[in-house]
Amino acid sequence: MMQTEEFQPRIVAFVCNWCTYIAADAAGVARARYSPNVRLIRTMCSGRVDPQFVLGAFEKGADGVLLCGCHPRDCHYSVGNYKALRRYKLLKKMLSQMGFEDDRFRLEWISASEAEKFRKVVEDMTERVRRLGPFKPNGSSTPNGGK
Amino acid sequence: MTNEEARIGVYVCDCGFNIAGVVNVPQVVGYARGLKGVVICREYKYMCSSPGQESIQKDIQDLNLNRVVVASCSPHLHEATFRRAAEQAGMNPFLVHMVNIREHVSWVTKDKKEATEKAKSLIAAGVARVVRHSPLERRQVPVRSDVLIIGGGIAGIQAALTAADAGRHVYLVEREPSIGGHMAKFDKTFPTLDCAACILTPKMTAVKNHPDITLLSYSEVVAVDGYVGNFKVKVKRKPRYVDETKCVGCFECIEECVYKTAKFPSEFELGLGMRKPIYIPFPQAIPLVAVIDPETCIEFKTRQCKKTCVAACGDRGAIDFNQKEATVDLEVGAIIVSTGFHVFDAARMTNYGYGVLPGVYHALEVERLAASNGPTGGEIVLRDGRKPAAVGIVHCVGSRDEHYNPYCSKVCCMYSLKLAHLVKERTGAEVYNFYIDMRTPGKGYEEFYHRLLAENLHLVRGKVAEVTRIAEAAKEEGKLVIVAEDTLLGGIRRVPVDMVILSVAMEPQPDREEVRRMLNMSCSSEGFFLEKHPKLAPVSTMSDGIFIAGACQGPKDIPETVAQAGAAAAEAIALTSKGFITLEPNLAYIEEQLCSGCQVCIPLCPYDAIELDREKMVARISDVLCKGCGVCVAACPSGAAAQRMFEDDQIMLELAGVLSR
Ligand SMILES: Cc1cc2nc3c(=O)[nH]c(=O)nc-3n(C[C@H](O)[C@H](O)[C@H](O)COP(=O)(O)OP(=O)(O)OC[C@H]3O[C@@H](n4cnc5c(N)ncnc54)[C@H](O)[C@@H]3O)c2cc1C
Ligand code: SF4
Ligand code: SF4
Ligand code: FES
Repeated sequence: MMQTEEFQPRIVAFVCNWCTYIAADAAGVARARYSPNVRLIRTMCSGRVDPQFVLGAFEKGADGVLLCGCHPRDCHYSVGNYKALRRYKLLKKMLSQMGFEDDRFRLEWISASEAEKFRKVVEDMTERVRRLGPFKPNGSSTPNGGK
Repeated sequence: MTNEEARIGVYVCDCGFNIAGVVNVPQVVGYARGLKGVVICREYKYMCSSPGQESIQKDIQDLNLNRVVVASCSPHLHEATFRRAAEQAGMNPFLVHMVNIREHVSWVTKDKKEATEKAKSLIAAGVARVVRHSPLERRQVPVRSDVLIIGGGIAGIQAALTAADAGRHVYLVEREPSIGGHMAKFDKTFPTLDCAACILTPKMTAVKNHPDITLLSYSEVVAVDGYVGNFKVKVKRKPRYVDETKCVGCFECIEECVYKTAKFPSEFELGLGMRKPIYIPFPQAIPLVAVIDPETCIEFKTRQCKKTCVAACGDRGAIDFNQKEATVDLEVGAIIVSTGFHVFDAARMTNYGYGVLPGVYHALEVERLAASNGPTGGEIVLRDGRKPAAVGIVHCVGSRDEHYNPYCSKVCCMYSLKLAHLVKERTGAEVYNFYIDMRTPGKGYEEFYHRLLAENLHLVRGKVAEVTRIAEAAKEEGKLVIVAEDTLLGGIRRVPVDMVILSVAMEPQPDREEVRRMLNMSCSSEGFFLEKHPKLAPVSTMSDGIFIAGACQGPKDIPETVAQAGAAAAEAIALTSKGFITLEPNLAYIEEQLCSGCQVCIPLCPYDAIELDREKMVARISDVLCKGCGVCVAACPSGAAAQRMFEDDQIMLELAGVLSR
């Protein structure tokens, strides 16, 4: 059987400086291997992530967007993650109305010590988005190879 | 500056083989040279070394660079290094940007080609972003010089004395009636076998007598607000029902209590000894002030006690049944957390019979039995008063066991040997130590182990399967039988003993989550407080101005605890000695021309930093109150709210960069 080259999704992760960024550093220190598809953008708090960043990411060619912050009650600025959660829900609704598949946009709470969770989330997200195939701006993305 | 043409220098670090072993650095350099605005791109073995930094500085001057991108390790490690280097060469430090191609690329990516591509995209993003950086000034804020220390074990005591000797005023908050922590419970300490009280008591007294230490015992910190240099702290003081300023610690009230004998389990003695409703936990307690337990005091239960204690106290009039809980407000510049550890609950391992078989003890209980100020006056005897003829000590109880704690508690082998020595010395019993691996690294520790070997200790290598009362032979009748696999001899051994000592693990405190949240710290996966960097910032936390020391950071012995406490005190002293500190300029601000005065941002700010300027009808952010989370910025419908270092256009360009390949 001919093996067609596997689709390599491009995923942007907005990560909070105090938790998920550190978890990603810790994953490095632990030499945890994960797929290179996820690219991190650091903000001070998940609450800084403007919906236009998420839309901008899709517009600029991302196939998926991951938003990561501190666990509930753990935000360095006490409640920034709740604001992020609220925005996430709104945005999620809007994206689904626009025809975005559910797996393209995801929110995860990952604390500084959860390097392994970070790795798993990255792997899982990559796999799910890979299955969805490339994102097409008009909402009609093509599933990968029909498998 | 934004109009001036960007002249960017890009520096890609090999980090020895750490980066260059996976990422094709020459290829990345070639790629970066082609990026818009890049004037020079260099590869170097160790960018953070002096020659590495100097090459950047030289380029800044010779090539007139106005932006620098360093692609190396995490900014949490070396951002300060490269900013300082740039600053020394005359460049504003905020025109430097770091790209993490070690922790986020070379260390986590298997495929070399993929790693190289990912590194390229991250560098493209950094180069795109740095163009929009503008020169910024750090903020200076005044710092209070007082220091708060939470937890008065040996760590808190040592840190308090060091900071107070340096002229800081220290508030030491301890939740128990006395300071001293676990060490106050020991008779002897390894490896020197010096008497614990002899080395601890003078330090405890020094705390009490130090003019610059305010000891708040029987108290707990309930709220912490503010930020580095300016913390606002609320301390709850539990009522002792004895006035600390009047009590002289004469013990007369205790003698004269209507209860002639002590009949309530003493917390300090772990229930092995008894106390009265009015008590002093142990004779060397600091502060040496009585406490009344309202749960057992007749006056509290019936309001009809003869109150012989009050009569005994006489003119001193220290006893006050109406004392109420009080709150103390403090303002401090730095906080040291030294809340220590908790011993593993031995009852969780039901196969060892703790709590069911009366002859099974955990190590801390035996420390009390061995202590000359303990419930038996230092006699190691069973609950029925008999001296044991044979004693088994089980190492690693709750440690190195995936069902409980995967980690090694580091001190158990050593304290097990110490207890073996004490048991032999006090009882002459045969002692059997059951160990998995004998771990005795430390100055004088291996020597201590050899000393114990010479004392004819029986060492059995293997994990204990169970402790049972069921005898299989005549010599096992009436004994506790320790069943273990002997991995050296091969085969199961059954050792009949009279007393079993479980060498329990050091665990994080049960209330760590509350403490962690209150102070904005993180915990490692085991639940110990997380240091900022395991090697380079071992007593700092991710929250500036909050330091950790002692067993709350991880299992450790007294020497290590004391060293860490000194280090934490030094950090707190350094922080509070200049009178001011500089903070990152990542604050939010409002572009007045764009602000519509909608006030969406105002209620969102967690710090009430935003108010409405009623004259101009625009929002205004206070530089003093804003902490730079950016929540308001993301919410502003007019694009009027912005954040330095995390401007919308910087992030959008970074986005385009990471998606460019
Ligand atoms: C059985 C046993 C034997 C040992 N023998 C030795 C030995 O011989 N030699 C040796 O070097 N090491 C020994 N160790 C290790 C030693 O106990 C620790 O290294 C040491 O006690 C750590 O000191 P610490 O101050 O960090 O913690 P702790 O001793 O646990 O003190 C913490 C203090 O903080 C207080 N506290 C906790 N939470 C709060 C809060 N929220 N607010 C206010 N106060 C709080 C506690 O009441 C306590 O007073 C032994 C350990 C065990 C378990
Ligand atoms: S949300 Fe924006 S426009 Fe509205 S008041 Fe705040 S800064 Fe001004
Ligand atoms: S950035 Fe955060 S702290 Fe600063 S004003 Fe905005 S919401 Fe408040
Ligand atoms: S600081 Fe991490 S989500 Fe707010």
